[in-house]
Amino acid sequence: MSEILQLQSVSRRFGGLQALRDVSLTVNKGEVIGLIGPNGAGKTTLVNVVTAVTPATAGTVKFDGQDITRVKTYRSARLGLSRTFQIVQPFAQFSALDNVAAAALFSQPGESLKAAREEARRHLAFVGLEAQSGQQAATLTLAMRKRLELAKALAMRPKLLFLDEVNAGLNSAEVERATALIHQLAADGITIVMIEHLMKVVLNVCSRIVVLHNGQLIADGQPRDVMTNPAVIEAYLGQQYAQRIGAHG
Amino acid sequence: MLAAQILINALVLGCLYACIAIGFSLVWGVLNVINLIHGSFIVLGAYLAWGLYQSLHISPWYSLAVAAPLFFVFGYVIQRLILNRVITAPVLVTLTLTFGLDLILNNAMIYYFKADYRKLTLTPPMGSVSIFDVVVPVDRLIATVAALALTFVLYLILRRLRVGRAIVAVRLDRDAAILMGVKVNSIYAIAFGLGAALAGCAGVLMALIFPISPLTSTAYLGKAFVVCVLGGLGSVSGALAGGILLALIEGVGSAMIGPAHATTLSFVLLIVFLILRPQGLLGRKGFE
Amino acid sequence: MTRANLILLALIACIAALPLFGGAYTLRLGTIACMYAIMALSWNVVGGFAGYPSFATAAFFGLGAYIGGVLLARGMPLAAAIPIAGVGSFLVAGLLGAALLRLRGHYFAIASLSLIEVFRELVNNATDLTGGGMGLNIPLAASAGVMADATFFFYLMWGVLLVTAVAVIAVSMSKLGFGMSCIMQNETAANMVGLNTTLYKSIAFGLSACFVGAAGGVYAAWVHYIDPSDVFDILYSVKPIVMALIGGLGSPLGVTIGAFVYLGLEEVVWRNYIQIHSGVLGVLIVLLLLFLPHGLTSLRGWRLWGRAKNV
Repeated sequence: MSEILQLQSVSRRFGGLQALRDVSLTVNKGEVIGLIGPNGAGKTTLVNVVTAVTPATAGTVKFDGQDITRVKTYRSARLGLSRTFQIVQPFAQFSALDNVAAAALFSQPGESLKAAREEARRHLAFVGLEAQSGQQAATLTLAMRKRLELAKALAMRPKLLFLDEVNAGLNSAEVERATALIHQLAADGITIVMIEHLMKVVLNVCSRIVVLHNGQLIADGQPRDVMTNPAVIEAYLGQQYAQRIGAHG
Repeated sequence: MLAAQILINALVLGCLYACIAIGFSLVWGVLNVINLIHGSFIVLGAYLAWGLYQSLHISPWYSLAVAAPLFFVFGYVIQRLILNRVITAPVLVTLTLTFGLDLILNNAMIYYFKADYRKLTLTPPMGSVSIFDVVVPVDRLIATVAALALTFVLYLILRRLRVGRAIVAVRLDRDAAILMGVKVNSIYAIAFGLGAALAGCAGVLMALIFPISPLTSTAYLGKAFVVCVLGGLGSVSGALAGGILLALIEGVGSAMIGPAHATTLSFVLLIVFLILRPQGLLGRKGFE
Repeated sequence: MTRANLILLALIACIAALPLFGGAYTLRLGTIACMYAIMALSWNVVGGFAGYPSFATAAFFGLGAYIGGVLLARGMPLAAAIPIAGVGSFLVAGLLGAALLRLRGHYFAIASLSLIEVFRELVNNATDLTGGGMGLNIPLAASAGVMADATFFFYLMWGVLLVTAVAVIAVSMSKLGFGMSCIMQNETAANMVGLNTTLYKSIAFGLSACFVGAAGGVYAAWVHYIDPSDVFDILYSVKPIVMALIGGLGSPLGVTIGAFVYLGLEEVVWRNYIQIHSGVLGVLIVLLLLFLPHGLTSLRGWRLWGRAKNV
């Protein structure tokens, strides 16, 4: 398998807070990786570092063989790096269609607005929002806005897609629907890194799991191995529980 | 010798600048409003001192005690009746509104006092003293000490008084302050009143030193801008640092490239500071 | 093209007939009307489309007036001086914009406001070139009589207005305008979908300065004498904002009508309250913001002219 994303000893500091510490990680083409960890572990920071929203303070990030550590966000977006936000970021006054069209328009240089809207229709249909295409984004339900976010990310024709808690706040039927979409994307060959709290979804979808804790990478491997890794259990449940489970196991 | 003169002048002027800026900084920090009436408040304070001295021969030192409550009420009422209605609107609206209010106040002053420059001259004059061979007029020195005292009073209010703690709380996190039971609207009005009171008092002190005219209000406002940006928003120490820095820059700039360019220099610096260090010298990042 | 934009062009076409109806006073008013409309339309590009609260209009009006004025005073013909004033303002604003537009909200407002101060002081101190505080005399090109001159400068200003309106409408329908609207709504998301926000904002700022600068050049030629405190007047920054607030932020037709309404109010105030005109203006601004937050459109439940839809 060939590598698509490479992080080498990446660190990110916010004033006195070390949000990421010496994280090295390789993502291969076609993988679906679950990025997990307790709240505040640095998961979203990791995505922000890769997409240069908050660039790394140390280390390098390579995407598709190219050093993108300090590359501006809009450039890495055009390279095929796309993401959804944990807190959805729609263009609130635009229709759902124009939201997705904006993504198609600006990620592909030379695209015309007309062509972008055509393409946007396809992606809206894929996420099941064709009926809402004329509706103002601000008026959509949360579940719809999450799907809109996904459609936007897809319209950028990503090579690598970061999904930041696409299921947070959704009910179980909506989660199932989103999971099916992710399965389909993976089948289409898009490399996916997803931050996810629902272990059911992670185990269902991901071929590999990476665990962050206090800004450090503490585990990386097959789901089964990671879930029984004592360091991971300790990170999630605290030392006492880890010992108890260890004693029982 | 020249260095000593620049330094002492900068310290004296810097404290006055801090005093000019502190109320502006408070309002910006707490209400998130750029208060363009601030300059006219200062000029009005100067007229108050001038009027009291001319008609009743009340010394400006006592005028401070008149100005503070008067301007507090003035500011409180303006915030409650007018500004509060648009307090949540975008910058564009609040800024334009305070500009409109400034037009009214400034025009009223031009109408009543005319645009020509007046001077408050104490009789008998207080003379001057020499500090490290630098001659400083005594009234200017006393005004500086008074400016420093006013700044310190605000510091004490914010530190020690219950209402001061509430103001700081609203500044740091408005929503959390509401949850803690702080009545934000009345805190806004009090903060704006305090800002106006500080401007009025600053004006009284300015009357001792600078000529008085409605036309000077934009110059005061400009100084307040620059001091806030240099020193950082919403902190008393920041305003002091910014004030002294601005006075130093102006002093050094005047000596090196001529007084005509000193203002340009300070505004260029303002823009550079905004871009490179928007949180100011002592400010914290992340506040808008 | 949307209906509102067609109405705007028709409105501007109608204004061209003004010299048929009025004397020197009407033409003077018409010239100012065109100038205000240019300012409002230009401000709307950065303030309405891109959502940045710029207070720099006066800075670029003054800059254009001085570029135009200095060139004219040195004998350059109008046909060259005015375009140079426009392009010069565009370039200066575009370059400054790349740095200034990293700021948001209050900080951007203050920085743009300070530009006026910086430019004014620079012009004040460049005495050799600009005459400094003494002002700059712009010699009359061979005069053909008061009415002919008035008509000429009216059409000159009108021409700049027409170019402005066409350019602004073109922007609003293009990828550029679409991108500005994205920036206004959500700059983070705009970056994330591959939009070069710095470039777009710089262009928006440049465009907002370009036509204002050209109008400044025309103004200098028209009044024959400019001085720093006249053309770098902060009121030129605030007026377009008030006009836009009157007519409805974002819509080219709305802000243009706002400009005309504002001029009407200003004339009435000037005529009746000469001594306290700025105070009355202040009262108008305060009342407008308090009671008509969405401008004239808030007078009715329905909207006469819609928001620019960027179609």
